[in-house]
Amino acid sequence: MSRAEVIQQGGGQIGGGIARARKPSPLWTFGLFRSELLTTFRRWRTLALLAVLAAVPILVGIAVKIETGDGSGGGGGPQGGGPAFISQITNNGLFLVFTALAATLPFFLPMAIGVIAGDAIAGEANSGTLRYLLVAPAGRTRLLLTKYATTMTFCLVATLVVAVSALTVGALLFPLGDLTTISGTRISFAEGLGRALLIALVVAASLIGVAALGLFVSTLTNSGIAAMATTVGLLITVQILDQIPQLHALQPYFFSHYWLSFADLMREPVYWDDLIKNLGIQGLYAAVFGSAAWARFTAKDITA
Amino acid sequence: MAPYESEDSTTAGEADDLRAGRRKAARYVVPVAVVGIAAATIGLVPAIADSGDPDLPDITAQQLIEKIAKSDVQQLSGTFKITTDLGLPDLGGLESSLASGAMPSGSGDGSSADPSAKLTELASGTHTLRLAVDGENKQKLSLLENASEYSLIHNGKDIWGYDSKSNEVFHATGDEAKAEKGKPEEVPATPKDFAEEALKSVDDTTAVRVDGTAQVAGRDAYRLLIKPKQSGTTVGAITVAVDAETGMPLKFTLTPSSGGAAVIDAGFTQVSFAKPSASTFDFTPPKGAKVTEEGAMEGAAGEHGSGSAKSEDEFRKEFEKELGGAKPEGGSGKAAEGGPEVIGEGWNSVAVFDTGGEGMPSGSEVGGDMGGFLDSLGDKVTGKFGSGTVFKTRLINALMTDDGKVYVGAVDKDALVKAANSAK
Repeated sequence: MSRAEVIQQGGGQIGGGIARARKPSPLWTFGLFRSELLTTFRRWRTLALLAVLAAVPILVGIAVKIETGDGSGGGGGPQGGGPAFISQITNNGLFLVFTALAATLPFFLPMAIGVIAGDAIAGEANSGTLRYLLVAPAGRTRLLLTKYATTMTFCLVATLVVAVSALTVGALLFPLGDLTTISGTRISFAEGLGRALLIALVVAASLIGVAALGLFVSTLTNSGIAAMATTVGLLITVQILDQIPQLHALQPYFFSHYWLSFADLMREPVYWDDLIKNLGIQGLYAAVFGSAAWARFTAKDITA
Repeated sequence: MAPYESEDSTTAGEADDLRAGRRKAARYVVPVAVVGIAAATIGLVPAIADSGDPDLPDITAQQLIEKIAKSDVQQLSGTFKITTDLGLPDLGGLESSLASGAMPSGSGDGSSADPSAKLTELASGTHTLRLAVDGENKQKLSLLENASEYSLIHNGKDIWGYDSKSNEVFHATGDEAKAEKGKPEEVPATPKDFAEEALKSVDDTTAVRVDGTAQVAGRDAYRLLIKPKQSGTTVGAITVAVDAETGMPLKFTLTPSSGGAAVIDAGFTQVSFAKPSASTFDFTPPKGAKVTEEGAMEGAAGEHGSGSAKSEDEFRKEFEKELGGAKPEGGSGKAAEGGPEVIGEGWNSVAVFDTGGEGMPSGSEVGGDMGGFLDSLGDKVTGKFGSGTVFKTRLINALMTDDGKVYVGAVDKDALVKAANSAK
C-alpha cells in the first residue's frame, strides 16, 4: 500500500530522471531514502519492536525499585548477577541507561535489527513490490544503499528509544546526580549524560555488523520470514559460539564479541582498546557483507 | 540495471549467457578481496610493527642492573597486562573457589572489595591492570574486569578498595609513614618488583646478560636475560625489558625450561611518565555503597571465627606468600622467616612442609571412581623416602609423600625425588 505511494511520489521526478539518461539527482536519492524511512517507521511491526524495546528499561526499573523498596537502600545488590551496572541503579537513575543497554544489546536490539534488515530486500520481493521499485530509475546499488541506510537509522533510533526510555524511568523512580565511574572517580551529571549519549552511539554502531549480515541474507531469498529467521538464528548461534572456551581463537572475529566493551566508556580514563576493536570488527562486517550483498543483489534475477 | 536484464539474454545465444554468468561471478571478487585484505592486515601489521628493534648504545648487564636500581620513577600512569599460564586445568568457578578455600584470606564473609579476595584472581588467565603513581603517597591500581573494575587507591593515609560490580567499598587507614613503607607491596605486580626479586637470586647459580633491545609499550628498552645455570629447575629463562631512558622495568617474562608459552608474561602495554591528574586519586564512596571499614571486618571475621583478623601487614604477607608460590626465588627467600625448611640452593631450592597427616590417600585406598580421579591428578613415584604423588604444573611441582610431607619447588620431578631422598 505504501509502496504505491512511493511510486507516485517519485512519479514527477522519474520523467526528468529518464530524460537525463538515468542520472538521478542527489535530491532524488534523498527522496528515496525519505520514503523508505517513512515506510519502515510507519509499519506496525516496527512500532511494536520499538515498544518492546522501550518496555525493557521500564521492567528493569520497576523490578529494581520493588527489590530495594523495603527501605534497605542500595546495599550491594546481587553480586555478579544481572546485567552490568545494575547494583548502582538505586543510587543514580542514570545507571539505568547503561543497564538497559547492557540488557538489550545481547538479544533484543540485534533481533529487532535482524527483523528490519532481513525484511529489507526479501520483504519487498515477497510482497511483489521489488520490481516496481526497480522500474523507477533508482538502480540496484542505490536501492541497496538506501535500504542499508534505513536499517542503520533504525539501529540508531532503536538504541535511542531504549536510552531515552531508561533515562525517563530512571529519573522518575530513582535520584539523579553526580555519578561515580567504575574506576571510582566522580563525574558531574552533565558529563554523565554526555557519556550516556556516547554509549548509545557506540551501541548503535555495534549493530552495524548485524545489519550488514541481515541485508546480505535478505538478498539471498525471496521470503522475508526466511531472511529474518536466518539472521536471528545466526545471531543466536554466534552468541552461543562466543561462550565456548575451545573456540577462543576465533571469538575475537565474531561480531558480538566486543559488544559489551561500551562499558569501557565508563572508566576513567576511558579504555579504548576494546572499543576500537569493536568498531573495527563492525566496519569489517559491513564491508564484507555489504559488498557481498551488492554482488548478489546486482547480479540477481528479480522475479517478484 | 533493469530488473529483467538477464531475461533478454535468452535470445542472444549461449556464449552471451556464459559471459553474463562470468560477469556476475566477478562481482563476488569484491567481498572476497575485502576478506583477503582484512586477513592480510590482521596478519601483517603486528609483524611489521614488531620487526624494528631499537638501536641503543651497548651496555653491560652490570650497568643495566645498576640502572634499574637507580631508577627513581615517581610519576607514571599506564596500562599493564599480566598473563599467567601455569598449565593448571581450567576449572572455571571451581578453581577460584578452591583458591579462596585454600587461602585463609578468602573468607567468604568479607567484603568483595577486600583486596585480598581479589588477589587470587590474578593467579590465572589474562588480566588488564591500570596503574597510576604520583609520588609515595598517591597510588592507584585498577583491575579491569568485564564492564566493571576493581580499584585500589592509596591517597595519603587512606587506602580504598572499590568494587564497581557489587558497589562495595573497603576502607583502611594507616599513618603516612606506614603507608610509605607499604608502597612496594601495594603496587605489587609492577615489573620493578618482579625484577628486584629476580635480581636477588643473581649469584653463581645464575647467568645474566643483556640480550639486545626491544620495543615495549612504544618505548625503547634493553632486554635483560636471566638464565639458571643449574639443571633440574623448571625455570627456562627470565627476560626483563628495561626502559632505556628511566631504567624502569617494563616487561617481565618467565619461560619454562620445557618450552612453550611463557608461564608469566607481565608488561606495560601503554605507559606515560607524566604526572597523573590529581582527581585520579580522589575517592569518595558513592552514595549507597556498602562500606567495610578495616576494623569492622576484623570484628566480623572474629565473630564468625573463620580465620584470624587481618591487618594490613598480614595482607602483605599473604600476598608475598602468594607471589612466592608463583616464583621460585620468592618461595625460598621467604622460607627463612621461620616457615618451611628449604633443601638445596638457588633455583633448585625445594621447600618442605610437614603436614603431619597421613598424606594424600592413594587411589587404591579410596577406590572406585574417586580413586581414579585422585590418581589422574598426579604421578606416583617411589624412592628411598617411600612413595608419594607428584603434582605438576608448568612451573611449580609438588611431591606429597605418603607420610604427609610436601616438597614444593620450581624443579622437575627427579629433583623433587632427590630432595625427598636427601631429607631422609
